[in-house]
Amino acid sequence: MSVFRFAVNVLPKRGILDPQGKAVEGSLGHLGIEGVSAVRVGRRVELTVDAADEAAARAVAERLAAELLANPLIEAHAVERLAEAEG
Amino acid sequence: MTRIGVVVFPGSNCDRDTLRGIELAGAEAVALWHEQTTLDGCAAIIVPGGFAYGDYLRAGVIARFSPVMRSVAAFAAEGGLVLGICNGFQVIAEAGLVPGALLRNRGLRFLGRDVRIAAERLDTPFTHLAGPRRPLRMPIAHGEGCYFADDATLDALERDGQVLFRYVDAAGARAREFGEPGDDANPNGSLRAVAGVLNAAGNVAGLMPHPERASEAVLGSDDGFGIVRSLVESARAAEHDRARPLVGAAS
Repeated sequence: MSVFRFAVNVLPKRGILDPQGKAVEGSLGHLGIEGVSAVRVGRRVELTVDAADEAAARAVAERLAAELLANPLIEAHAVERLAEAEG
Repeated sequence: MTRIGVVVFPGSNCDRDTLRGIELAGAEAVALWHEQTTLDGCAAIIVPGGFAYGDYLRAGVIARFSPVMRSVAAFAAEGGLVLGICNGFQVIAEAGLVPGALLRNRGLRFLGRDVRIAAERLDTPFTHLAGPRRPLRMPIAHGEGCYFADDATLDALERDGQVLFRYVDAAGARAREFGEPGDDANPNGSLRAVAGVLNAAGNVAGLMPHPERASEAVLGSDDGFGIVRSLVESARAAEHDRARPLVGAAS
């Protein structure tokens, strides 16, 4: 068995209301920043998986992402392999 | 005596109000701890409000995987009556027992205040004693109560009679969409002012406002008691005649 480190990035699906993103965007004016748009706020979950190989580990991360970390009705997710297997 | 179960998660905070409402309606109220797998002979289940498991990750999602919720899902699949209130609505939506999802309130703030809703249908196990149709005043207390489903789903819900409650103004008119003048009656920006929905089979319902916290005049409103009483009486009837078909969604 080896350990593999992943990040699961979860974002509101395209076209889904994202009031947090809107609030962040709305605050940019107060900083005097211009030219920024389409801000969306999501969440990133990092995790380590013990598995025989990378494909098996990725399958576990994908299942976790689809069944728990993201709600497929409203959120999209992407699993990203991280270089270091940190604890 | 008919037994009605109230699921208790770590972080539930409306379980006692709900137990009390059930007793007022003349049934035996039974607390069901989240780690148990049996429903103790209950004829209906209420998933109450609160912040189950701290609302970590997404409101309701961790609770969905608790042992008791697996039993509640199986009970619902067999036609058992299940009502989710506030956080309980979020839990049963995450569990896929009712359609849609609850997003962060459009105004971003947690809201604790009275709202008005009206039942779109008075022929369901959750509303048959809640008539005549009129604005029902009861509190909300939530940060993630904006009802969301895609347009096709919303169209289907309206067509099939699955929109159970809508936010209305004091006169009973449907609340405006978020951002329109006079949208105050739609507190969280719910799409099409949906405050509560029914599943396709008609035996599972969820709503964000709290009928159990408006079930006695001393609480400031008893407008919600008709909903609690509807569920209790429907459970009693279902228990006495298991063969009695549930009132389903309109076809």
